[in-house]
Amino acid sequence: MEEQFDVIVLGGGPAGLTAAIYLGRARVKTLVLDTGTVGGQTVLSFSVANYPGVEETSGRDISQTMLRQARQFGAEVKAYAKIKAVELAGENKVVELQDGSRFVARAVIVATGGVPRKLGLESEARLAGRGISYCATCDGDFFTGKPIVVIGGGNSALEEALALTKYASRVTIVHEFDHFQAQPWIVEEVRAHPRIELVMEQDILDFVGEENLQEVVVAHKQTKEITRIEADGCFIFIGYVPNSAAFSAELQLNERGEIITDDNMATSLPGVFAAGDVRQKRYRQITTAVADGTVAALGATAYLEERKAA
Amino acid sequence: MLQTNLKHVESDEEFEKLIAENENVMICCGRMGPMCLPVYDIMESLQAKFPHVQFRDMDFDGPASHNIKRLPEVRGFMGLPFTIYYKNGQVVQATTSIQTEEQVLGILNRYFARAA
Repeated sequence: MEEQFDVIVLGGGPAGLTAAIYLGRARVKTLVLDTGTVGGQTVLSFSVANYPGVEETSGRDISQTMLRQARQFGAEVKAYAKIKAVELAGENKVVELQDGSRFVARAVIVATGGVPRKLGLESEARLAGRGISYCATCDGDFFTGKPIVVIGGGNSALEEALALTKYASRVTIVHEFDHFQAQPWIVEEVRAHPRIELVMEQDILDFVGEENLQEVVVAHKQTKEITRIEADGCFIFIGYVPNSAAFSAELQLNERGEIITDDNMATSLPGVFAAGDVRQKRYRQITTAVADGTVAALGATAYLEERKAA
Repeated sequence: MLQTNLKHVESDEEFEKLIAENENVMICCGRMGPMCLPVYDIMESLQAKFPHVQFRDMDFDGPASHNIKRLPEVRGFMGLPFTIYYKNGQVVQATTSIQTEEQVLGILNRYFARAA
């Protein structure tokens, strides 16, 4: 059975939900599909203090408010929708779910975001939850009084390293480059902190431990010198991988797998727009995702109007 | 009390009654953080599909959580949430940290599948 919509939004994070709010308000029949929990990476933010107009809240609360707004304006939102196939090239775009449901629309907004990048080591997977973590606010207190490692060099890695000094006896930041990519003010704080050590230009070779993490083994990129860092915990913050694999055959992607769009979020296919972290952009924040979602919705609405007029 | 749509286990009495009176029980013991919330959502979404399973959450910082924390199966766990699967009162599986729907379904189908 096929169900017809005006626009299908793939992804229920801030970009997708913002698009749904604008589309719903414009009385555009909209379906939002997310393969997991609605909210995207926003849910990973325990505390959001820089969303304009909101003094402090949680990522979860922002997501739930956006979800309520989208539904109030008439958008249909389905979480845990297992997508089997997507066809974007024709005049009618089709999304098929694994349960056999088929949804058709004249326009699609791809707002599938990204997933935390992992190192890909076998020992990383084996020790996940047994010393290796991707969430400092969730698991920091398990490491009270213990030495830990933070891997990464951007804002997230350094902010979380600072937060973890509340618990850990020592925080060793391990980074692949000889300089950080984070904002200068936070680099300054990290360098000045008495319980933070910096180990730069390193490749991560292995995580050692049977039942729990015991050591992080690294090698200097130039000299190849191996260092074994004693650690009960290791927090990994090395960026995100765009969720774009399903579209690689139909949409133009850059070398990092991000969807290429113009300023109006239009992709290489007519009637297909992309918004949020999945698309090529320099800065990834909740606010930039919201902006993308807005523009994509307005672009999709204009596209549909042009089709009607033609 | 956790802010979820699941039923909660909040006391030793509730925990003991739940395990004693139900064949299949899944308890997610966590907080309201980004690794826990997806697991609660997955459990909520699977309730209709697994009506013979009791799905519950438990506050990691609450009075009943020692029932989970003292289990030998969680020794070495250092990532929230701790998710425990009970069959006839015995632990059959325990997981640490975030789980995908596929991972949860794999365990449910392995230990809690209904007889044909």
